[in-house]
Amino acid sequence: MSARTFTAIGTRPVRHDGLDKVTGRANFGADITVPGMIFGAVLRSPHAHARLVSIDTTAAEAMAGVKAVLTRDDIPETFAKVVMGEAGTIGLHDMGDNALARTKVLYQGHAVAAVAATSLDIAQRAADRIKVVYEVLPAACTLDQALAPNAPILHEGLRTKGKATSDADGPTNVAMRIEMRRGDIDQGFGEADIIVEDEFRTPMVHQGYIEPHACVARYGEDGQVVIWTSTQGHFMVRDSCAGILGLDPAKIKVVATEIGGGFGGKISVYLEPLAAALSRKAHRPVKMVMTRGEVFRASGPTSGTTIRMKIGAKRDGTLVAASTTMYYEAGAYPGSPAGGGAMCCFASYRIPNFSIEAYDVVVNRPRVAAYRAPGAPAAAFATESVVDEIARRLGMDPLELRLKNAVTEGDRAPYGPTYGPIGLREVIETARRHPHWQAPLGPNQGRGVACGFWFNAGMASSAIVILHGDGSAAVVTGNPDIGGTRAAQALMVSEELGIPVDRIRPSVADTDSIGYADVTGGSRVCYATGMAVIQAAQDVRDQLRQRAATIWGVDLSQVGWENGQAVALDGAPAQTPLTLAELADKMASTGGPVVGRATVSPPMAGPGFAVNICDLEVDKETGCSRVVRYTAIQDVGKAIHPSFVEGQMQGGAAQGIGWALNEEYVYASDGTLQNASFLDYRMPVASDLPPIETVLVEVANPLHPYGVRGVGEVPIVPPLGAVANALRDATGVRFTELPLSPPRVLARLSKD
Amino acid sequence: MPKIHVRTTVNGEPAEFLCEPGDTLLEALRTALNLTGTKEGCATGDCGACSVLLDGRLVPSCLVLAAEIDDRSVQTIEGIAEGERLHPVQQKFLEHAALQCGVCTPGFIVAAVALLRRQPRPSERDVRYWLAGNLCRCTGYDKIVRAVMDAADQMIDAHDTGKAAV
Repeated sequence: MSARTFTAIGTRPVRHDGLDKVTGRANFGADITVPGMIFGAVLRSPHAHARLVSIDTTAAEAMAGVKAVLTRDDIPETFAKVVMGEAGTIGLHDMGDNALARTKVLYQGHAVAAVAATSLDIAQRAADRIKVVYEVLPAACTLDQALAPNAPILHEGLRTKGKATSDADGPTNVAMRIEMRRGDIDQGFGEADIIVEDEFRTPMVHQGYIEPHACVARYGEDGQVVIWTSTQGHFMVRDSCAGILGLDPAKIKVVATEIGGGFGGKISVYLEPLAAALSRKAHRPVKMVMTRGEVFRASGPTSGTTIRMKIGAKRDGTLVAASTTMYYEAGAYPGSPAGGGAMCCFASYRIPNFSIEAYDVVVNRPRVAAYRAPGAPAAAFATESVVDEIARRLGMDPLELRLKNAVTEGDRAPYGPTYGPIGLREVIETARRHPHWQAPLGPNQGRGVACGFWFNAGMASSAIVILHGDGSAAVVTGNPDIGGTRAAQALMVSEELGIPVDRIRPSVADTDSIGYADVTGGSRVCYATGMAVIQAAQDVRDQLRQRAATIWGVDLSQVGWENGQAVALDGAPAQTPLTLAELADKMASTGGPVVGRATVSPPMAGPGFAVNICDLEVDKETGCSRVVRYTAIQDVGKAIHPSFVEGQMQGGAAQGIGWALNEEYVYASDGTLQNASFLDYRMPVASDLPPIETVLVEVANPLHPYGVRGVGEVPIVPPLGAVANALRDATGVRFTELPLSPPRVLARLSKD
Repeated sequence: MPKIHVRTTVNGEPAEFLCEPGDTLLEALRTALNLTGTKEGCATGDCGACSVLLDGRLVPSCLVLAAEIDDRSVQTIEGIAEGERLHPVQQKFLEHAALQCGVCTPGFIVAAVALLRRQPRPSERDVRYWLAGNLCRCTGYDKIVRAVMDAADQMIDAHDTGKAAV
């Protein structure tokens, strides 16, 4: 790719939505108020697994102020599907059953009924008066319980997809088996001089967005619905609600509010279909907001895992064989990111012989949602721990060993395609040169490194660029801005058209006002939506060239575009160039408004790689570990707004450190969640963390006009391994189960 | 039970509203007074998103009853800027890109303003420990801490310049 010089790209302007966010004016989900609005509350299951025998709403309906009560009878079972990217379709049956239980409750917190009333207090009290008779069933709350012979079965009709063996097709909790192989695994391990094998466990953790799920729905008597909601994809909300409620998507308009964090957890609908159905019954707009306890019990989380990992290497550090068996908790319905884990676990290394088996297992816990690089962090924790152990046993520098085996352009990814230009080697070499790698360690400190990989996604996006008469512009997309993408889009328009970035207003339109867009996820917005924005800006440019051609009375082919102005090309009669501002000023007399539009659906994206270096200090008397220095190095392709790229890397590192050290869902033996609050679910706070240093490596992605790679997800992949490897270095003990919380570390250090 | 009539001062202006005895200050601010800049992240005092200043003291408004603010003075995120002029903490949050989703931002800014009033020259450690009551899930806190340190420097410079001018 030619070394293009940029003017706007790579600068760090103040984001356009910044002022509203530092002054408290920005409107998030719970900030929406609509005239006539009433309030909804949800009754949730106290049991991890039970049959719904009966639901009696009489007492609730009789309460003054109650306007509607919703049960399974109000939302028929659906088998509708929604389209998501080229990956295909997603059935809505389980999403609907999760939004409101039909025959069984499958986890503590599963929605059973909902009430709308003139105040939230009345709605909550009315929900408590709904009499539900449960037939409590034995629960399978852990992987071990769900996989045991004679385990309680969540879904009688479930059979294992992708099953290799011909076991009797009885009921099972294993929803899917994924298998990938290359080479000859037995021969590979036979060639190995050293084989390291261990079993790793990671707990179920939550995305931890600070803003609880919130929405307002207004159902008109004409069947027209408007939903205001905090979501990563308002088209997804529209299509999901249409399928679950049996409505025509054209009758639903969804307005995406500002979103207070999502990390994958705000893609599925939870409250939206309930609010719309309540509004239909109550003939009033209905607002619903989850409490933090509901967020923990009934939204998110991501899978807990058990991963057996075995890797063999030659004495010189060459990896020759690897095999893994991975189990991912799906929660109450099939759909864990086991596939993501399987595809990512060996993606960083050139391993000629491997075998990967991954299982998607339903358990009586909340239905899992995507969480930043879904499936990859737990897989990388296992791989990077074993690779680290191989380096130790061979007496090799851990970065040297990784560099020796790192994939590069032309290598085939474990999941099939051949890598184009990728930056793993550059990232590892950058890590080796970084002062952090050479810095001395203090007492009780250890250093760990780990690599991370994520595919990144393409998928569908739409954009329009509107030129105003004064030469300013608007850029509009259908992707909720979760981390600064509006600023990035304005920079792209500025780059293409030469309009100063502060004269470009970026915004996110509702589902009636812009073409379809897949969700904000998969690190795809800067990449794919960005491509649409660039093309829409180029469409404006070409329309302006046409206007100049008309003014000059020449053919379009004789008009070029340079430095933000139309110029007569060689061979055309000489003309004074027309600036964008001059052409904008003449819009009305040269053909009317200029609106550029583009839609894209790139099937692929450029994958991203990262290396993290972690220094951990361990208090051996308490078992308490503390990250004292942390450096994240990542191939970002091309940073559009470097500050927000750094922010993605820092935020992902912090989430990964939390996952490694403290975060976990704690369950009682009856399947009830014991720590559904921010007090007891311990996410990192400012005093837990050091400054997180970042190094942006830019290996251009040839699939994007500027070389952009998605940057949002890779950052959470390496930290689990980097922290665990640092703990190994500090203590001499290999820890294989997360979190590395003080009680676990202390118990193990005392034992050894 | 009848509603309680509360007369108070919010962001320097007199304000009054009716509330239920069990309503929190957070609920009153967001609903009765329509000041939605103060956010609810947990309603249990664990996340700091609802931070306000009550008679100058930093409190989570979810743990204060609305009726308690009768005859007292509350400052919210909406009252941090002086007219069109942003507070240096707000300005530095913008310059340092110290926000991503922005939902925790009002709470952080109110908390940081309280810190700098009490301790104009905080160390990085001071900032990290003072802000430990505010959760952010997007940024890893790095840019937030830098923004607050930079705001402190700017306020001290402005103060010193002001004194020199006198």
